[in-house]
Amino acid sequence: MRRYVIRRIFQNILTFFLFITAIYFMLDAQPGDFGDIYLSDPRLTPEMRQTLRAQLGLDRPVHERYALWLYNLFQGDLGTSYSNFPRDVLDVIIERAPRTLVLFITATISAYYLGFVAGKILAWRRGGFTEYSTTVAGVALYTVFLPWFALMMVWFFAYTLGFFPIGKFLDPVIWRGAPVDANYVFHRMLVSVMITSLFIFASFSFARRLNPGQRRITIWLGVAIGLGGLLLYWITTGVGRYAFDIAHHLILPILTLTLVNFAGIMLLTRNSMLETIREDYITTARAKGLKDIVIRDKHASRNAMLPVATSFILALAFVLDGGVITETIFSWPGMGLTLLTAAQVNDIPMVIGALVFTGFLALTAHLIADIYYAFLDPRIRYT
Amino acid sequence: MADVTQTPPQPSESLALEVPIWQKRIRLIWRQVRNNVALFAENPIGLIGLGIIFIYAMMIVIYPLLIGNVWDPNIYHPVVGIDQSLPFHPAAPSSDHLLGTDPLGRDILSQLMFSTRTAFILGIVASTVTLIVATSIGAVSAYYGGIVDTIFMRTADLMIMTPTITILIVLGALISLDIFDLAVVIGLLSGLGAATIIIKSQALTIKVRTYIEAARVAGGSNFHIITKHIIPNLLPISFLYMMFTVSAAIGIEAVLSFFGLLDIRMSWGLMIRTTEYSGYLLDFSKWWLIFPASLSISLLTAAFYLVGRALDEIVNPRLRKR
Repeated sequence: MRRYVIRRIFQNILTFFLFITAIYFMLDAQPGDFGDIYLSDPRLTPEMRQTLRAQLGLDRPVHERYALWLYNLFQGDLGTSYSNFPRDVLDVIIERAPRTLVLFITATISAYYLGFVAGKILAWRRGGFTEYSTTVAGVALYTVFLPWFALMMVWFFAYTLGFFPIGKFLDPVIWRGAPVDANYVFHRMLVSVMITSLFIFASFSFARRLNPGQRRITIWLGVAIGLGGLLLYWITTGVGRYAFDIAHHLILPILTLTLVNFAGIMLLTRNSMLETIREDYITTARAKGLKDIVIRDKHASRNAMLPVATSFILALAFVLDGGVITETIFSWPGMGLTLLTAAQVNDIPMVIGALVFTGFLALTAHLIADIYYAFLDPRIRYT
Repeated sequence: MADVTQTPPQPSESLALEVPIWQKRIRLIWRQVRNNVALFAENPIGLIGLGIIFIYAMMIVIYPLLIGNVWDPNIYHPVVGIDQSLPFHPAAPSSDHLLGTDPLGRDILSQLMFSTRTAFILGIVASTVTLIVATSIGAVSAYYGGIVDTIFMRTADLMIMTPTITILIVLGALISLDIFDLAVVIGLLSGLGAATIIIKSQALTIKVRTYIEAARVAGGSNFHIITKHIIPNLLPISFLYMMFTVSAAIGIEAVLSFFGLLDIRMSWGLMIRTTEYSGYLLDFSKWWLIFPASLSISLLTAAFYLVGRALDEIVNPRLRKR
């Protein structure tokens, strides 16, 4: 297992290197260069332009510039953003990346969990009206034009029902005169939610070893203590209502992204389950007289999980793209929206920075999926 | 080679020659097509998809007939037409404008029908590029293996992880992309990515079949074996991936024109963009501005996806119902 993980990490670093190289040369091949943005001032004489070019390093050959850029990248220096001048690109990324990560991770986990459960149940009830209607609904969600779907969600939940705010990260009226800034609250939210999830996860894995009678109580107790502790923490900090405001803004984008990703997982789980149900060990389990639900949850669905785990690697790009669109529609100031606005105003350092971040996110998720896959399927580990 | 051709005449030769070989071949193909059509027709989901595609294809046929004869080009032109008889735009649906007009006074139905052609051209070009790229690379890398295989498979790994829309947003913002550029880029990205891996794994199972051995023993060159034996057997699964590429391409185009990053005159995505920058985006009482275009994008994407799924059940018998 360790050798496998080390090999995958090494391969991923190589892929990341290829990715950023491809990004650099793709953007370098665009008409005009970085200097044109500074050099468009007509008062500058040709000599001054030449000096500026030399100072920016734009007169050097492309491989030299690439080497320098790579050197700076590993120093953690991604340059200065034009549209957020004079902030560093890295600074902007550090501020906005957590917002994207929250959206991405929460939506992915809930989509996979819900999709897997729904697909499992769907495959068990083959045929009839339920199957067709759910499949059609699933395909509709999977292929729906995402900006339109997001707008419908905004229109329905925020505009008509008024449950949620329409887009944006926070409500400036509430935040007027706030003692702390948004990033302070947001980072604390992240850490506290992460600790709570870890606690609940630990109580789940602890409960699995107990006998069925105690299991339920332990799980409920774990969830109650976790959520109670979270609530207590936010009440005592005194900035609870700011945290609530951010969370309130977060629900609708997560819901949208989850729904869109959920459908594909559901359809795939269903197909995978249909193949698993035909295996001999399912017939054996039936012949033993096991309960239907035990066969479904313990015999069929665990083996049907493999293709779903593979699909995560394939669907990663889809989820990231969905994130960009969702962020744009909801004006959620994460990396996706940053990338789009930076690209529209030719803020090349910011674009490269955002793409490097996206590549990094994709590769890390890919690595985690790979390790999880090896954990699920021993055949991968030992080859 | 010479030895093979000089085999003694078979006793059944006269019998076999009664029916020429091409007739037999056609009959075989016809039988296969009939079987597959029957399988396809069993599945209502595939038929629904085909029906939707047919309806939109009809729009392409009807549109040129309408625009010159029934509709006055000055009023109904999808890009520059304007109906000056109406006092206020966007106007609600009426007998003149079945789907109303947009904020610039252009007829929505006319725009919708005009854009259908754009969507189909985009889908067909992108999927053809995918078909050619994925099938040839899949066949070549499965057949030769080794370094060729490694290079293409690592490229595919990279392509799978590349968020297409994100990359295209950057490209679209920096250079001017028209519909053909976009189609070729989408075709290349999807052709070098997941489609290649799946087609290659199919090609690997074909490569070890006995008829490939037979062809090699008979002296067939590598080129002959790949083009005459491997690729024809890969076509069903490649065709399946064409459907998914069409579906993806239409969706990507819509998103990009919605963001205003494409250099095209009219498309469904652009219709929604017009709505957006005129400030009617959340005004659903003027539903004709956003619903026809969005629904068309979703429906046509879903239709190609459904046809792909139905074809999947033909190509991949394990998914069929018992």
